[in-house]
Amino acid sequence: MATDRVPDHLKPNLAPLSLYVPEPKFRPGDAVDFTQVPIPPAGKARRPDPADAADTFIDLAFDLVRVLDDEGQAVGPWNPRLSPDTLRAMLRSMALVRAFDERMFRAQRQGKTSFYMKCTGEEAVSVAAAHALDYEDMCFPSYRQQGLLIARGWSMVDMMNQIYSNTADRLQGKQLPIMYSVKEAGFFSISGNLTTQYPQAVGWAMASAAKGDTRIAATWCGDGSTAEGDFHSACTFASVYRAPVIFNVVNNQWAISSFSGFAGAESTTFAARAVGYGIAGLRVDGNDALAVYAATLWAAERARTNQGPTLIEHFTYRAEGHSTSDDPGQYRSAGEPTAWPLGDPIKRLKDHLIALGEWDEERHAAQDKELAEQVKAAQKQAETNGVLGHGLHQPLDTLFDGVFEEMPWHLREQQAQMIAEETASGRPWARKA
Amino acid sequence: MSETTESSVMPAADAEPSTRMNMIQAINSAMDVMMGRDPDVIVMGEDVGYFGGVFRATAGLQSKYGKTRVFDTPISECGIIGVAVGMGAYGLRPVPEIQFADYIYPALDQLVSEAARLRYRSAGEFTAPITVRSPFGGGIFGGQTHSQSPEGIFTHISGVKTVIPSTPYDAKGLLIAAIEDNDPTIFFEPKRIYNGPFDGHWDKPTQNWSQHPAGEVPTGYYKIELGKAKVVRPGEALTVLVYGTMVHVALAVMEEAGVDAEVIDLRTLVPLDIETIEASVKKTGRCMIVHEATRTSGFGAELSALVQERCFYHLEAPIERVTGFDTPYPHSLEWAYFPGPVRIGEALKKIMKDA
Repeated sequence: MATDRVPDHLKPNLAPLSLYVPEPKFRPGDAVDFTQVPIPPAGKARRPDPADAADTFIDLAFDLVRVLDDEGQAVGPWNPRLSPDTLRAMLRSMALVRAFDERMFRAQRQGKTSFYMKCTGEEAVSVAAAHALDYEDMCFPSYRQQGLLIARGWSMVDMMNQIYSNTADRLQGKQLPIMYSVKEAGFFSISGNLTTQYPQAVGWAMASAAKGDTRIAATWCGDGSTAEGDFHSACTFASVYRAPVIFNVVNNQWAISSFSGFAGAESTTFAARAVGYGIAGLRVDGNDALAVYAATLWAAERARTNQGPTLIEHFTYRAEGHSTSDDPGQYRSAGEPTAWPLGDPIKRLKDHLIALGEWDEERHAAQDKELAEQVKAAQKQAETNGVLGHGLHQPLDTLFDGVFEEMPWHLREQQAQMIAEETASGRPWARKA
Repeated sequence: MSETTESSVMPAADAEPSTRMNMIQAINSAMDVMMGRDPDVIVMGEDVGYFGGVFRATAGLQSKYGKTRVFDTPISECGIIGVAVGMGAYGLRPVPEIQFADYIYPALDQLVSEAARLRYRSAGEFTAPITVRSPFGGGIFGGQTHSQSPEGIFTHISGVKTVIPSTPYDAKGLLIAAIEDNDPTIFFEPKRIYNGPFDGHWDKPTQNWSQHPAGEVPTGYYKIELGKAKVVRPGEALTVLVYGTMVHVALAVMEEAGVDAEVIDLRTLVPLDIETIEASVKKTGRCMIVHEATRTSGFGAELSALVQERCFYHLEAPIERVTGFDTPYPHSLEWAYFPGPVRIGEALKKIMKDA
């Protein structure tokens, strides 16, 4: 019994305590019913002036900013009133991200690389943000924001070279696939350690403010990793120094196999974290590109006018596995992705453009085909530089480059040892050294 | 970024204006000089701003350089280092202070997985040119949370340098070199000798730096190249490898025992000056290693292995390691923990037994 360890004379006349351990609503085999997830109608959430004090719109941390309604219309005060050209550009970027993900996931399954992570269902979160931010603004992404690079027009061949760790990999094969670093595109080096980028984004933003710069920083983490201490350190620093930074929490419901309840989602929203720190908090339909765009632009305006940080929770759903290394069928119901009440972000933006008379199914199908061809061509080009499965592509001695700016004696000694060993071993790659 | 093309050889002290400084003043002067030379150098940490730091190391810097370059931070070591990494990515050259080395552990992930790895993982696109200053070591009745020597944790991490001065002159020159260095550096300041050298006799009156030659410090810019040890006492009978507070303790023991020891102040643990160590041990045939940190997996273990690998056929006695014990740093029994004159003296007898 529960009180076994308590000596008799200490047992009070009280009921024993019990430990609560969260459990997701649905496990494999369960029928999915998301009607319990509150989804306020599009257009209902109010839009405060970006200059308003954070404590005057605390309700928005518990609401859901939505622009696109079920008929594909953009409604309410958050409608960013984008031109059809901008809408089509966002749709194209999102579709390109999905095509890229499909191709690279398959490449991993074909043994061409060790690892891949898709962002299926979450394309709007990063693509719409990239469109709302200035190109010069600095992004501190987590591992599922490939949409930032695609939307900023970065070379897919370059991204694939990194995924393949091949001879043209700008990171010289030093990093796990998809952990891109593209300074030129305002994209900070991705870490595998979660939410470390949060305080770094704050530091970058503080530096920008201290220098009288005009650029701001934006960063992303998942629902699960809001539990890391770095998240809370970052919120404190951003609040204290009113740093020009946008915190994005991509609440995609799952952290590998742990549902968002293990990060506290059963008790409150992630946007509500902002309230305790006295910073602006918004909760946004993450599958609504227009809502993400509008919220990002609003937060950017606050940041640019020294109103400080904003925390945006993007309420979305991870439609596929965490990575190529897990099978979501082992821990959640297969019915979840299709039952998700906020739909598919690409379809929703497409429907909006069609409703506006600015797009149609034929053009969309043609675009999908064109993008698939574009990705295929990029892959073909990247593979001329090699794929991971075909061996080592970097000269042996580069293993020691970049530990320090200048190589100290102990690394030079180890480098010489390695080259001697590999040469003596006769292993095929040693001949290239 | 500041020019770093100047010679790493320090200018002759007598050619430059100089004055008496204790180690805190020398460290303060290093930051002052670097903030004056490079507008990208910023200082931050708990209580470092208006108050000037709990040890006064940043006194006067905020009033001179303003609140956006010298500022207090929340009590969040993870945040301090994480923010410093982001500032470094922007192009600044942050000098964060961790108030006591004992408080550095919440910042470990940002130091180990981020600052130390950023250059490598981004193939040089982003770097972390930050210098983390932190008082370390015991002998001040600080108890277990104000006395630790965690240098061995950092020497084990690839991508970070570890520097420990033992005099005001070295502290300033090494700190300037660390700030100018484009890689992350842990700069541990032996707080027991902030005000004066310490011979290990805790029950005798303390000295101050005004009597010590290395207490004369140039007021301007100079630097001491990282990775260079200093032979503080030449000798033939044995080599003593030591750093920080223990330099002075070991020196005093050797003087009192009348042993012709060669005492080497390592000054930088990573990168280590292996040439100076190897040449000395091959000459003397005996090697004693002294540090205040706990013994198991301490930096002394690495030193011992290196000396054994490189000087085995020159050794005339087993290497002696004199260290703190593998316990938390105690409060009331501090001087029983501290590897002072008695423990060093016993090791000296053992190593010189057959000499």
